[in-house]
Amino acid sequence: MKLELFKQLDETSWEIPASGKMRVPAIIYADRALIEAMDDKVYQQLSNVATLPGIVDYAYAMPDAHWGYGFPIGGVAAFDAEAGGVVSAGGVGFDISCGVRCLHTGLGADDIARAAQALADELYRRVPAGVGSTGQIRLGEAEMDAMLAGGAQWAVKRGYGSEQDLERVEERGRMRDADPAQVSERARQRQRDEMGTLGSGNHYLEVQHVDRIYDQARAAAFGLHEGDAVVSIHCGSRGLGHQIGTEFLRLMATSAGRHGIDLPDRELACAPIRSDTGRAYLGAMRSAINCALANRQIITHLTRQAFEAVFPGARLPLLYDVSHNTCKVETHSAGGSARSLFVHRKGATRAFGPGHPELPAALREAGQPVLIGGSMGTCSYILSGTAESEQRAFSSACHGAGRSMSRRQARRQWRGRQIVDDLRSQGIIVRSPSLRGVAEEAPSAYKDVTEVVDAADRAGLAHKVARVRPLVCVKG
Amino acid sequence: MATTPRWEHLEHGADIGVRGYGATLAQAFEQAALALSGIVTDLDSIDPAEAVDVECEAPEADLLLVDWLNEIVYQMATRNMLFSRFEVRLDGQRLLARLHGERADPAKHQPAVEIKGATFTELEVSQNDAGDWMAQCIVDV
Repeated sequence: MKLELFKQLDETSWEIPASGKMRVPAIIYADRALIEAMDDKVYQQLSNVATLPGIVDYAYAMPDAHWGYGFPIGGVAAFDAEAGGVVSAGGVGFDISCGVRCLHTGLGADDIARAAQALADELYRRVPAGVGSTGQIRLGEAEMDAMLAGGAQWAVKRGYGSEQDLERVEERGRMRDADPAQVSERARQRQRDEMGTLGSGNHYLEVQHVDRIYDQARAAAFGLHEGDAVVSIHCGSRGLGHQIGTEFLRLMATSAGRHGIDLPDRELACAPIRSDTGRAYLGAMRSAINCALANRQIITHLTRQAFEAVFPGARLPLLYDVSHNTCKVETHSAGGSARSLFVHRKGATRAFGPGHPELPAALREAGQPVLIGGSMGTCSYILSGTAESEQRAFSSACHGAGRSMSRRQARRQWRGRQIVDDLRSQGIIVRSPSLRGVAEEAPSAYKDVTEVVDAADRAGLAHKVARVRPLVCVKG
Repeated sequence: MATTPRWEHLEHGADIGVRGYGATLAQAFEQAALALSGIVTDLDSIDPAEAVDVECEAPEADLLLVDWLNEIVYQMATRNMLFSRFEVRLDGQRLLARLHGERADPAKHQPAVEIKGATFTELEVSQNDAGDWMAQCIVDV
């Protein structure tokens, strides 16, 4: 984008002053190179978000922002129900509560190296991955409702993991005020065979090793040391979330006029928080958050079984679990006074700073772990929430790298087999049911996550703690 | 001279768009559906051995396109099938269709990515001066 479009506030903050129907200004956090390379559509979409009723302070975009539908991916916006604020299905996305969970393994990179093939095989055998893959769990109606209301807490009660896991999951593993009655029959049907599955596209399970520490004290608080092996799981609410997104996007797009909302673009689909449609969406969307949390909890259990088979006695406690497609009610001191706001994060990670009451005691001093996934074959990052992020963007940070190349371009440029072989020569084992999928997810089809993370760090959105590199990658 | 029915994909950073052309609206919808299947796998790899009938209804042609594509996404997901042939008939605001395909087989089809849903982004259903139809939107993968 052209830099003249913006009022530069500091090295990493670029303001779009309020004009036309914008109720508030917008800010994109990025360095000069990232903003120059950013899609023009981010400017347009973020400006559109700023026109929505009840928006508070600013519409924000993270350094990894790119063209989405309605909201840009990497968009953050908070709405005040008291001021006629809205909730938007496009502001959450189709993959509701997609996120990243990181597990310690108690093992080192050298331990993994000794049995990497066997571990890759066990993980690939036990964790269903790819298009149409099905899990072992079939839920009846009553159990489905219990899962949708109970999230990871439900999963733990059913024997998937332990109570200790829950304090390392946002919302203690269970999103309150979910209303399973708002989840349609079709959404339930799409979930029928998909509990405990990874999905496809950019979703993955990786065994990684910590190859660099940036902040020794926080890394120690997170239990991370150079050479440690960890597991990262990236997936979401599967078919159930996709169907809820589909249904409410349509409902909100066609009913906005009835609610007196003048949409600059129909894809900004939203409804007043205090409307039947708004309440129904919140009830369904929170159920989908619970589905995602339960799903990652079940996959954690399967991962532990795979490790047990290869490294008997291995223990895999959680570092943390974060979601990056959500709308959550949070208290923020926007405009000077503490207010309860509906914060949308679409491809953005919550990043609570030190001392936040939501954090478990062991992490409270360091700040919330912020888990940023890279592409297959590159690196991922673990950051911590900062105090200043509260004022910067309602305590939010980036979520990943973002594609630099379309799927088709990637498929033309690479062969899946060649990618698998190249990665193996770099010491990374890839297991996937689809070589076509591997080609489309080639590491070079993604932007450099390091640039994004550095910009987020310099902008004060989150603070770099550690870098991890993949050893084994199970790709959907 | 009517447009030869055909489909293509639209470039969209993280996701991908589908676009179908046809001499009739129904044909453009069939072509957009082929583009949708083409995101997942090579159409030639899908044997149209089994048929599934669906219908949907919407007050406007563009909404009908979104509903139609989402109906296919739903059928693919819940039947674990891939489709390579579509017959669409339009009756006012109603769409009646028969999908032809087979059960997805990872080894045979190498399915690259599952489709989450059709979006309102770049959504357009239009007719050119020659009377030919185009139907397109971005889908989330």
